Amino acid sequence: MAREDYISIRNTSKHFGSVKAVDDISFNIRQGEFFSLLGASGCGKTTLLRMLAGFEQPTLGNIYIDGQPQAGVPPHQRPVNMVFQSYAIFPHLNVHKNIAYGMRKSGLSKAEVDKQVDEMLELIKLPGYGKRGAHQLSGGQRQRIALARALIKRPKVLLLDEPLGALDKKLREQMQLELRALQRDVGITFVFVTHDQEEAMTMSDRIAVMSMGKVLQIDSPTSLYEIPRVKEVADFIGTINFFEGEIKGKEGEATVVETQGLGKVHSTASGAEAPTSGKITVALRPEKFNISFQQPNVQTNVVEGVLQAAAYLGDRSHYYVKINGREAPVAVASQNAQRQMQAVDADKHEKVWLTWDEDSALLLKG
Amino acid sequence: MSDTVSKAGSDVRGSEAPRVVESKHEGHSWTGEAPLFIYAVWYLAFLYIPVLFLPLFSFNDSIYVAFPLKGFTLQWYADMLENPALLRALENSVKVGAAVAIASTILGIFAAKAMTRYRLPGKGPLTSFIMLPLVVPGIILGIALLVISNTVGVDLSLYTIAMAHTLVAVPFAMLVLMSRLEGFDKSLEEASLDLGENAFQTFLRVTLPLAWPGILASTLLTFTISFDEFILAFFLAGNEVTLPIYIWSQLRFPNRLPMVLSLGACILVASFFIVTFSEVIRRRGVGTQSGSAI
Repeated sequence: MAREDYISIRNTSKHFGSVKAVDDISFNIRQGEFFSLLGASGCGKTTLLRMLAGFEQPTLGNIYIDGQPQAGVPPHQRPVNMVFQSYAIFPHLNVHKNIAYGMRKSGLSKAEVDKQVDEMLELIKLPGYGKRGAHQLSGGQRQRIALARALIKRPKVLLLDEPLGALDKKLREQMQLELRALQRDVGITFVFVTHDQEEAMTMSDRIAVMSMGKVLQIDSPTSLYEIPRVKEVADFIGTINFFEGEIKGKEGEATVVETQGLGKVHSTASGAEAPTSGKITVALRPEKFNISFQQPNVQTNVVEGVLQAAAYLGDRSHYYVKINGREAPVAVASQNAQRQMQAVDADKHEKVWLTWDEDSALLLKG
Repeated sequence: MSDTVSKAGSDVRGSEAPRVVESKHEGHSWTGEAPLFIYAVWYLAFLYIPVLFLPLFSFNDSIYVAFPLKGFTLQWYADMLENPALLRALENSVKVGAAVAIASTILGIFAAKAMTRYRLPGKGPLTSFIMLPLVVPGIILGIALLVISNTVGVDLSLYTIAMAHTLVAVPFAMLVLMSRLEGFDKSLEEASLDLGENAFQTFLRVTLPLAWPGILASTLLTFTISFDEFILAFFLAGNEVTLPIYIWSQLRFPNRLPMVLSLGACILVASFFIVTFSEVIRRRGVGTQSGSAI
């Protein structure tokens, strides 16, 4: 039975002088979960990870791992291991000795350790690499060896500090899938720090979006994208259009909002905790719009605009549509399900109509 | 270039062109680099010719240090080896130097580790205090240490010299080791802690192996500093003297001068090998480090 609060972060803060790097954070991480901390640099995600590893002590609050409070427990006594951003492969040791580094106190015989190291080399798909020197390795190989060196310890939690950041795009995408498969294999709880939202979305069971030392929202990738709770999350994950507005009342199921730009918007989008009256922001993702060059036969959730720019990206096209009452053009993305034999000429500034579903128009605070 | 020439073989201008370029290049190197070269030769001559007089006159068969040279002899070297007072002073200097090298390198590595790895309150002033002996004139430091020794009631001996030398050698050791520790990734030590080794084991298994070229360089440097230090040793020596003080005391006797010169020649050769050795070690250390950083 997987525990809900395998890692429990309770009212934890970390101050560096007057800077609150982590500001009163509380949440739980489940056993066996691939959990990501996502945010721009300086949001506190790395500080939080380093507090889990024991390299930083919380200024306030406490962290529990598998029910055990970690306050005052030094890094070498914690049931966690870390894969560093720089990989930190010991340059004076060969691959075998790097992986076996943490096994000195395991109580296992040398033969047993050697066997486990070989198993690890199999697992990371580098069999026979034991005798290689640390300086004979490529970036991807160093990354795998850092992983093996941590996993051989069979930690309760594996911490990963942007481990894919230094790899090129192709290798990074391959490693994302491998890392995810490996995590399912070994069943260890992974806590993964990244600033790359696509990376977090690809691999994670759940993501905590952080900003300014606070956690904004913790959810599955789907929920973060489709039901962002606050504007910052909606803005950070993917692209989104915001329209300021005011709630006018209800019409059946739908909330009616008078907006600048989109006119009257009917929304039935659920999930977000938005107020039921007063000022509000309507948020719509680019792909939730339908764009048409003829006036559609609908009365609600439609707006007329002028095509300002178009970009053909192969699988999809991006359009930028200028509408009345809004300074910035609206970003619209449309799948090119049919072959487009003729490019759309945005310079003609054609009239276009945007429509959207009642369910797609998110209502967000502020 | 040969390709273009053969292709343009029939074209007269084509075969001329490379020659023009070459002579132009020569002219440039003459006006640009030759004066620098001459300057460098003069500079090195000015620096080393006086020093080279030492070995030269140490083989001269005359007690007077003057031209013309009289003839070749190894007499002065033999005198040197048969002089018990000199050998005693040499032994003292090596003892003091070894003690200083070990003590200041140990103190230096802990100081360097603290300065480069921890968030210390007042790190700036602390560094300045450790560096202070570098800028305090030796004679002031010597008098101060002599006064303290008398006040506390410590007898002057090789120990007092070694302590004084350690004081001035620690800043050098710390600087050498700080640059070494700053040269390697801090997360290597964190990785060791993370993998279950405590701070001391991490120091033994990661910090020391990675810092050893710096440790060796620091040991050799601080040994040299102690070996040729005169002023502090002069103030703090008891009955036993170190080599520089012995040499100083021999200058009163003109007939001992050639022997001092041969001693100087030996020290020169020994220093040359020590410095070369430490430089080779240092470069090798840098080589492995940059190799691993890729």
